[in-house]
Amino acid sequence: MTSPSAPHLRQFKLPDVGEGLTEGEILSWLVAVGDTVTVNQPLCEVETAKAAVELPSPFAGTVTELLYEVGTTVDVGAPIITIDIGGEGGVSAAGDAPSTGQPAAEPVGTGLIGEQNANGRTSVLVGYGPRNTEATRRPRRSGAAVAARATAPVLPEADYGSGSQRPPLLATAPDITTKPIRHGGLETGRAAEAHAAAEPVATAPPSRASRPGAGALRPLAKPPVRKYAKDLGIDLTSVEGTGEGGVITRADVDAAATGASGTESTLAGRAFGTESPEAGATETRIPIKGVRKHTAAAMVASAFTAPHVTEFLTVDVTRMMKLRTRLAARPELVGVKVSPLLFVARAVLLAARRHPMVNSSWDEAAQEIVVKHQVNLGIAAATPRGLVVPNVKDAGRLTLAELAGALGDLTATAREGRTPPAAMSGGTITITNVGVFGVDTGTPILNPGESAILAFGAIREMPWVHGGGKGGKKKVVARQVTQLALSFDHRIIDGELGSRFLADVGALLHDPGTAWTF
Amino acid sequence: MTALQHTTEVVDPVPGADAPHLPGQPDLVQLLTPEGERVEHPDYSLDITDEELRGLYRDLALVRRWDVEATALQRQGELGIWASLLGQEAAQVGAGRALAADDMAFPTYREHGVAWTRGVDPLHVMSLFRGVDMGGWDPVATRFNLYTVVIGAQCLHATGYAMGLQRDGAESATLAFLGDGATSQGEVNEALIWASSYAAPVVFFCQNNQYAISVPIERQSRAPLFHRAAGFGFPGVRVDGNDVLAVLAVTRAALAAAREGQGPTLIEAFTYRMGAHTSSDDPSRYRLASELEEWKLRDPIARLKAYLSRSGKADAAFFTGVDAEGDELAARLRKGTIEMPDPAGTEIFDHVYAEQTPHLAAQRAEFVAYHESFEGGHQ
Repeated sequence: MTSPSAPHLRQFKLPDVGEGLTEGEILSWLVAVGDTVTVNQPLCEVETAKAAVELPSPFAGTVTELLYEVGTTVDVGAPIITIDIGGEGGVSAAGDAPSTGQPAAEPVGTGLIGEQNANGRTSVLVGYGPRNTEATRRPRRSGAAVAARATAPVLPEADYGSGSQRPPLLATAPDITTKPIRHGGLETGRAAEAHAAAEPVATAPPSRASRPGAGALRPLAKPPVRKYAKDLGIDLTSVEGTGEGGVITRADVDAAATGASGTESTLAGRAFGTESPEAGATETRIPIKGVRKHTAAAMVASAFTAPHVTEFLTVDVTRMMKLRTRLAARPELVGVKVSPLLFVARAVLLAARRHPMVNSSWDEAAQEIVVKHQVNLGIAAATPRGLVVPNVKDAGRLTLAELAGALGDLTATAREGRTPPAAMSGGTITITNVGVFGVDTGTPILNPGESAILAFGAIREMPWVHGGGKGGKKKVVARQVTQLALSFDHRIIDGELGSRFLADVGALLHDPGTAWTF
Repeated sequence: MTALQHTTEVVDPVPGADAPHLPGQPDLVQLLTPEGERVEHPDYSLDITDEELRGLYRDLALVRRWDVEATALQRQGELGIWASLLGQEAAQVGAGRALAADDMAFPTYREHGVAWTRGVDPLHVMSLFRGVDMGGWDPVATRFNLYTVVIGAQCLHATGYAMGLQRDGAESATLAFLGDGATSQGEVNEALIWASSYAAPVVFFCQNNQYAISVPIERQSRAPLFHRAAGFGFPGVRVDGNDVLAVLAVTRAALAAAREGQGPTLIEAFTYRMGAHTSSDDPSRYRLASELEEWKLRDPIARLKAYLSRSGKADAAFFTGVDAEGDELAARLRKGTIEMPDPAGTEIFDHVYAEQTPHLAAQRAEFVAYHESFEGGHQ
């Protein structure tokens, strides 16, 4: 492809890959300057509000320039890469060279997708790509033309090519008007739940009596007042109406807002509890910074460098819970919290000793897998500032009482927002206790630099097939059951190792006596 | 024998994993296993020559090559959107090749494989997704209706058309395509009722690709989709949608029954959309990668290739030739798509009615005048 003759540079501009998008973030470059590329060879991975996608090359040739660093957010229509397609015949056989209309070897800057062509129109071929500023507008004629237009009915002059004005051709997953939601369908569900929670009426339990029509329990208020209360995050069921017949007035809502400002119940009624939004605002914009920003960056880095696999295990932990009751009464454990998490932590430590590869790290630069000799056990903790993951250093050497004490200190410090940076670095394996929120399981994302993370779900009484050993009869009985979910980095850990590790953790929790064999 | 064996379970996330895929399961009609073994079915047999088998392979391979190129062109900004058929090639090619010359097909917007079998130039499909026209083919000449984007509406069109055939005394049938999500639409249920009441010569071909965009089939239907036909009073059959031979045999039989006046059939082609719903969708947000891996083992093309090579019905030269033909097709589509001229803005006024109305003519004139008010003239 490369030719000793003068270079013929072509630029590939970031296309709208998802119906009306305006920007995308370069997640990774899959080629480097000097690489020879073929038509349709993946050039880079780009994340948009809708999806992370690979962009294939429209040209064959040699990469001469990557125009943006990884992590940059680029506007649709901006050139992202320059490729030298070589001499006159330097384009690929895959038909890249259009014979007419768009000359194959035109110099950079003309005739490409997204650029203005001779008649001043932008050849954004996706139909309704971004409007490229005023430059793409054709100047209006003066005089006669204005008169001509005066006789015509008013057509929507502005935004003729604006994506958001037009319906998508086909129904697609997140609506284009929603804000970008990154990583994980669960977030969509949570947003929906938060939205539902923000409906004042929806906060009443769906009992027969509270249905519209049944009357009494539904607070009486006129629609504009309902809207006003909703905007302020006021639950009307908690407001006393002073209007005629107990109808809640605007003044009542104002009074409730003043009285309740800053209290828990006010915030709970809104999707996002931050500063008081102005009345009538339909959204709250929260700057991305601090722990949120760090969490986002870490999760993106992790999700797109380590190929995650998640496995699930449902375990009967009734025996572990009985052991917990017995141990909690022992003198050496008085004064520390003997929580189910303590047993999960111990089980992870024992299982990691048997399978040291799960306690390892991928060193891309050195092209080495680093197997850690000590376990710095991370515990994901929800704090007022966001998610932090402090770790217990060399947790494998601690006695049960020491481990219980360390876990207690760690979470208490984190909740007070006083976790020092040193406590958050150097983790080697993490536990996330989603059960404390009453949920059963999840698919955790690895803490960057680690290769395994275990989600520990709520412990519930569940019907369970029990017994049947040694000729006994199998019965369905209520047992205490939990779910474990292990995500691991498939670059290091294969399904077999991940499964064995998870099975060992499960076995230790099901029958703590198994610990004797470790 | 660890304690785990009777106390724990690993959740199997693969939809349809407990559905019948294996030969010997009475519910699923299969003539070619995922491993490429030819098997027989008591109700559906297929007499097919080696040349026809190679023809089916060529169809499948070229349709996939087209789809891959279209996906790339969308990512390069050359198509506004693309609805990929990746994984559904056998369902579409099998159904399309079962049609007689004068049977009429009513597609959704994903039936590129059926379009191929009807002789529609792929560039006419590409022009729709590039947004330069509404589909450039002649539905009468090709016996392939224009793509219908409204979910399920084409089932009513197909049923009405079939009732017309009935009244004309014609000996042909219609084939209505729909997806699993469409079965929740009112139109589809209305079409099934009308077709049943009048024993219309229509076959409903449902490609159950397991997802209605992101909603899994388990939420669309608590019962297997083909069971629904019984409620409407006509036969339903589930066929392995990744087995082109079984799809061909089952669809042929259903179309023959329709032409003979035996009324409609609901075919559920059990398959999997291996790509995204459209190029605007990110399936990794709602399904696990392991599920895709599971379905790759049931790939429709790989199994036919295995059967053809193992039985000696095709040699390496044949496969190389098809690959080369695919690359030529891709190059033709790439060039043809990029060079498509933009349509004149006035076209939207020209094809609404067979005869222009005064109101539309006035709007057209206003539109032209407005655009001529800019320097550079009318676009």
